[in-house]
Amino acid sequence: MDTSFSEQDIVFRDEVRAFFAEHYDPELQGRMANADTFKEAVVEWQRRLHKQGWIAPGWPVEYGGTGWNSTQKFIYESERAAAGVRDVVPFGLTMVAPVIYTYGTQEQKEKFLPRILATDDWWCQGYSEPGSGSDLASLKTKAEVDGDDYIVNGAKVWTTYAQYADWIFCLVRTNSEGRKQQGITFLLIDMKTPGITVNPIVTIDNHHSLNEVVFENVRVPMTNRVGEQDKGWTYAKSLLAHERTGIAGVADSIRNLGEVRKYSEQEINGGKSLAADPMFQNRLSNIEIELMALEYTELRVLATVAAGGAPGAESSMLKIKGTELQQAIQVLRMEVAAYYQGVLPNEMSDEQLGHSFGSKARQAYMYGRAATVYGGSNEIQKNIIAKAVLGL
Amino acid sequence: MNFDFTEEQVMLRDSVERYMREDYDFEKRQAIADSEQGMSAEHWQTFAELGWLSIPFAEQHGGFGGSAVDTMLVMEEFGKGLLLEPYLATVLLFGAALQKSGNQSAQEAIIPGIIDGSCLGALAYLERQSRFELADVKTSAAATADGFVLNGEKVVVFNGANADQLIVSARTSGEQSDENGISLFLVSAEAAGVQRSSFRQMDGQRVANIVFDNVGVAPDALLGELDGGFEILTAVAMEANLALAAEALGIMGQLNAKTLEYTKTREQFGVPISSFQALQHRMVDTFMDYEQTRSLLYRAVCALTNGEEDAVTAIHALKVMIDRAGSRIYGEAIQLHGGMGLTDELDIGHYAKRLMMIITTFGNGDFHQAKFNAIRYN
Repeated sequence: MDTSFSEQDIVFRDEVRAFFAEHYDPELQGRMANADTFKEAVVEWQRRLHKQGWIAPGWPVEYGGTGWNSTQKFIYESERAAAGVRDVVPFGLTMVAPVIYTYGTQEQKEKFLPRILATDDWWCQGYSEPGSGSDLASLKTKAEVDGDDYIVNGAKVWTTYAQYADWIFCLVRTNSEGRKQQGITFLLIDMKTPGITVNPIVTIDNHHSLNEVVFENVRVPMTNRVGEQDKGWTYAKSLLAHERTGIAGVADSIRNLGEVRKYSEQEINGGKSLAADPMFQNRLSNIEIELMALEYTELRVLATVAAGGAPGAESSMLKIKGTELQQAIQVLRMEVAAYYQGVLPNEMSDEQLGHSFGSKARQAYMYGRAATVYGGSNEIQKNIIAKAVLGL
Repeated sequence: MNFDFTEEQVMLRDSVERYMREDYDFEKRQAIADSEQGMSAEHWQTFAELGWLSIPFAEQHGGFGGSAVDTMLVMEEFGKGLLLEPYLATVLLFGAALQKSGNQSAQEAIIPGIIDGSCLGALAYLERQSRFELADVKTSAAATADGFVLNGEKVVVFNGANADQLIVSARTSGEQSDENGISLFLVSAEAAGVQRSSFRQMDGQRVANIVFDNVGVAPDALLGELDGGFEILTAVAMEANLALAAEALGIMGQLNAKTLEYTKTREQFGVPISSFQALQHRMVDTFMDYEQTRSLLYRAVCALTNGEEDAVTAIHALKVMIDRAGSRIYGEAIQLHGGMGLTDELDIGHYAKRLMMIITTFGNGDFHQAKFNAIRYN
């Protein structure tokens, strides 16, 4: 048992650190923070990463992966988060790409993977429906065969960044007989196809990132089906486990907790720094200690995966614990902000207000409520662990 | 980066696991707990023959030269079997203090006896008023022409009644709570002026209060530097906390496994109670508590082995986790066992009681959280 870094690991760490320091510049970050320039800035950043060859650490080398071992992946992720670098948009790179390179045809691989690597296409995920949330397999969006095409009718909801997307990967129903998990097909749909409408959903953080996507007689060529008809659930399930390991966000939480602490040093409570308040310190360490454990839980899962195992039900635990801690940090940041948590964006400059993080704290907190809901709600994750690990 | 154990470590773990399962079942364990000595000399001798008593000691003294990982593996299995024999007291407290003192002649005289099972030891570090502070020492050692004279009382000394040799913390200078001015002394348990009162604890352990009434010891009874005992005590306590955490993890795993098994067999309303989602989610919570504790234990063991600066921080964090997660696990185990969880006949309560004692040994969660906060946030 050994978790120390080798000399090569240290060299790699310094290389990653230097790259982020040089290329993730404040000008770019400023454009990312602005809704009007968000998309172009993200695309630009992801292309810088692509040029460096680091855009897809999780992919097999033959398709454009980095070939890093699990220690290097851990170092990369830790350094990325520590530098406050935005993670890549996951829908193309970490969600649909593994399904395409695992189950797709040669033609699909050649068509989609290079464009995903270069962020030439922006992807979104069409899973949840108005009537199908935690019970995802009950989905009703229908695809009927018409010659060499499918005709898709139905609606997807909570679709993040659909307003920017060039493509959507969808689970659709092609068969209503038998178990509901059977009869689901995995389709790749061009968002420019006639019959697709994107309706914005504004969330409690006053932002628009979620959407409803409505399909009315949308014609999709059969060549855009991944794998076999009616077998899409199997492909989607393998992808869900991938989604959940990333969801823990341990490295980002470590950074965020450090930021909360920094803010607390500036707040004066009863003549003393809030950071020196023993009750506040306990709130911090309650979270930090769980994070220290979760970081190693993630490493243990990664080590299992590196040894040839699959991320199974353990990824559900990472999802539950990771999102609970994300929210706990968001709560703490709100408490540090105190009454400034109520400040709305763009009402007054930070200088006029005399406070810098209240609005951001509230936005993170409000949108952060989604974390225990998406990717399979935490209650669903507990059901998965109960079944797969406890044998219930 | 890997979490694999060496072939040797796997063999060691498996041999302890098999022994506890086959030769140390709950019924046999309870019989030992009820015996006069509260431990079995026969088992102890077997441990010596199997080499378990030699694990952490240096090879030059006939030891195995084992690592914190080796001790962790052994202690986790001891936890599963609710071991009563004084492995912690003799090997990991008394033995470790001796090893860390750097006192060659005392090591050569005593360690072979620990390894062959003939010498039982105890570390007398607690006093009535000291609670969790190792530096709070009133027992005095006054220098005389012939060495030192000890006066005072040590309390709740693990294995105090059965020990042949004691290591005693005593004040040689400074005020009651000063970290400087504490010295460690090797004292024969049979020395004139040593009075021991033995009593049983709820986890079946035998402890003793020990009065030192003008106990004279030779100059070479001083272990380590004069006034420099606190550093040794702290180092021993930190490593003991790791070992105790491993023992606790073994217990937590047993409590979870036994609770899960019980809910699968216990039927109410015509179905096994494990089919109720309210109970399933609680067992998922305790499963996660267990896994998080294991992760933190690995983190602390790796940090200590690598000599990392934050090893102490990780051990404080671990002890907080043992308290929080451990308390939830034994609480849920008793609750989910219903009325059966309250019976003395079932092992559940006995696991709970040992876990409670581990939590309070060398400081509970609040104590360690304050230490953690002081390092991280002040």
